[in-house]
Amino acid sequence: MSQGLQGPPPEDRPDPGAKRTPSGARIDPDNQPEPPRRRVILSALVKHEPGVLAKVAGLFSRRQFNIESLTVGPTAYERHARITLVIEETEPGIDQAQKQLEKLIPVISVTELDGDAVDRELALIKVDGDHPDAISAVADMYDGQAVDVSAETVTVEITGPEPRIDAAIETFERFGIREVVRTGTAALAAGPQETAPGHVAGLTDPTDT
Amino acid sequence: MTTPDVESPPPSDEEQPTQPTTVDSGAAAVIAALEQAGVTTVFGVQGGAIMPVYDALYDSPIRHVTMAHEQGAAHAADAYGIVTGEPGICLATSGPGATNLITGIADANMDSDPMVALTGQVPTGMVGNDAFQETDTIGITSPITKSNYFADDETTVGDVVGEAFELARSGRPGPTVVDLPKDITNAETDRHPRQPRLPDTYRPASRADSEVVSAAAHALERAEKPVILSGGGVIKGEASDELRAFAIDHEIPVVTTMPGTGSFPEDHELAMEMAGMHGTGYANMAITHCDYLLAIGTRFDDRLTGGIETFAPAAELAHIDIDPAEISKNITADYPLLGDAATVLEQLDNELSGIPHADEWREQCQRWKAEYPMDYQWDPDGPLKPQYVVEQFDELTPSDTIVTTGVGQHQMWAVQYWTYTQPRTWVSSHGLGTMGYGLPAAIGAKIAAPDREVVCFDGDGSFLMTAQGLAVAVREQLDITIAVLNNAAVGMVRQWQDAFFEGRHSASQYPWIPAFDKLAESFGAQGFAVERHDEVESTIEAAISTDGPTVIDFHIDPDENVYPMVPSGGDNGKFALSEDQL
Ligand SMILES: Cc1ncc(C[n+]2csc(CCOP(=O)(O)OP(=O)(O)O)c2C)c(N)n1
Repeated sequence: MSQGLQGPPPEDRPDPGAKRTPSGARIDPDNQPEPPRRRVILSALVKHEPGVLAKVAGLFSRRQFNIESLTVGPTAYERHARITLVIEETEPGIDQAQKQLEKLIPVISVTELDGDAVDRELALIKVDGDHPDAISAVADMYDGQAVDVSAETVTVEITGPEPRIDAAIETFERFGIREVVRTGTAALAAGPQETAPGHVAGLTDPTDT
Repeated sequence: MTTPDVESPPPSDEEQPTQPTTVDSGAAAVIAALEQAGVTTVFGVQGGAIMPVYDALYDSPIRHVTMAHEQGAAHAADAYGIVTGEPGICLATSGPGATNLITGIADANMDSDPMVALTGQVPTGMVGNDAFQETDTIGITSPITKSNYFADDETTVGDVVGEAFELARSGRPGPTVVDLPKDITNAETDRHPRQPRLPDTYRPASRADSEVVSAAAHALERAEKPVILSGGGVIKGEASDELRAFAIDHEIPVVTTMPGTGSFPEDHELAMEMAGMHGTGYANMAITHCDYLLAIGTRFDDRLTGGIETFAPAAELAHIDIDPAEISKNITADYPLLGDAATVLEQLDNELSGIPHADEWREQCQRWKAEYPMDYQWDPDGPLKPQYVVEQFDELTPSDTIVTTGVGQHQMWAVQYWTYTQPRTWVSSHGLGTMGYGLPAAIGAKIAAPDREVVCFDGDGSFLMTAQGLAVAVREQLDITIAVLNNAAVGMVRQWQDAFFEGRHSASQYPWIPAFDKLAESFGAQGFAVERHDEVESTIEAAISTDGPTVIDFHIDPDENVYPMVPSGGDNGKFALSEDQL
């Protein structure tokens, strides 16, 4: 067996008398607890090109960010698309998700939306059609409407912030839910504020190749 | 020892062309883009889907180094990138060619090495049909590249290659991939690629926020136990001179990460050398007990930090990095300094009025050096010690010698017992820990720096993984020395088995390996075998004075272990000096 090296053994060495939290923050004497998780909406303006969605989705799964929903769609400018992500993370986790997202080359900008942002989700809820009147009454309650009716089923469309969709689905359960589909949250910043800045030199110039 | 008949490389059947490429096809545009970017050498292996590109290469002044395996092409390109600071280029065909590159691309990604991989692809019309030799190269390489590109237009394919090159070398460097469908490279076009330029969404920071700089500087002035942690970013950012001046002017001890090896001269009094799992005792003491840590260009890998809770636990952290996503990723920065290493060091320097009042700390650091010397025990007549071999090589070669390594114990001895004094002399696989990196890396390094000595320290296990590269080294008559520190085992695994698995040597003993000196000779390289300390010096001298590649099979003490050692997730300050302390 090899003899190793010389020097004072671990138990004879001084102790630095301090510690960090598992996430790497120095612990103050008046102890800071691990930060709580927070639900936030991140909006990313990206180049509208093949593979962008795969890169964003891959990033989130690979880095184990807690993702609740992800939506993608074109914008008014044909070369841009907007991706809206809802994540639940600690404060450092949110920062890290935003930074990693910004690092992807086809990503133009990323914003964490404020609480006053407009956010909506759409759900289609297909229930047993035994009580059509009661179903439309509940749909009314959630500003929804029946969009498909068959002998057996009624499909209702509901739009609203995510908690409202959750509540609606719970209410519709009494009729017997057959299927649900939800789009995930789409959102824009409130007022004149730009959601995610898109004025990148060269990019908005339509003559650029 | 035998002297094989080594013929000089076969003269190429054609003179190397000197005229730049005229663009008449997508493939020619690819080559023209490389020429325009200043590329002089590429590494690769032929194959169906990349043939048009190779055909265009035939008329180009760019030198192509045919490798024996695409993994070797990627590692050679990676090492070329480390030594020159400019992206190394590798080429492979679709399917298995591209998948053979993957290890090398992932390695470059973990170590932020500049590299461009050009992969052939099936024609665009066949993509998605599981055509012959089709793999989703873009999908596979997305998580292991800085970015990647599917070239779907022959008129812009050259621009895309230029952008991939520029992106690979800029900011925090990294590998990029351009996937080249055969119909695009075959298509006619006369459009010459534009000058390489960065994607418009990529704007690396240069100067750090001046308020944070001055706060960081004032905290440093107040510090009683300051340490600089110099990472690979210092070398990649060409900031080694600035770092040296900064540390010496302000008398701050310097600890390095493994990729930061060579960023600060290890023969300087302020050098504490490498910290982390197999770092020196004094580096780990310094980093554990400092009250201020100026970390530059490091991502706080777990092999460096050990357990996060005990990493520099009392230190205020100022972190200079060009990648915002690295700041506060693993260790929370008190002073986030986003910018270019050399620029931010200069900003800090301008804010500092003197040296921190840390005389007692500086003395303490020197005392730790004396208390925890790296002196290994050896007996001149006893089993051959690998540390001795490394030291002898260091003695007998010039100070700008480039060292490459495989992964394992030998790699650690190579970093511990060689005194690195210059940047870009240490070429190793850090983040990915890729066995087999050493020989192809030596090929790439030698081609990048033909006038410098190149020594590859390899393990027997590592060497076996890419030994086919010897054929390339012989063909190209590369004057490199491969020192196999042969313990007839995957020694690092054996060491861990002894420490953590009750000595159960599951699949770690390699009594079946070939005689490496003979293996070398069969390739046409010169082979040597050494078993005794008193043969080491003369054999090294003989190997170095031989033209062309040599392999020295050093039969080292199979029981030798690497110390100090901090077990995974352990406390750096409690490093073990021998097995009973683990
Ligand atoms: C490609 C690859 N496979 C497996 C490992 C796991 N591994 C790490 S070190 C090591 C031992 C390496 O043995 P050798 O090259 O002989 O070097 P030694 O430790 O004996 O010096 C192994 C198997 C690795 N790092 N890389």
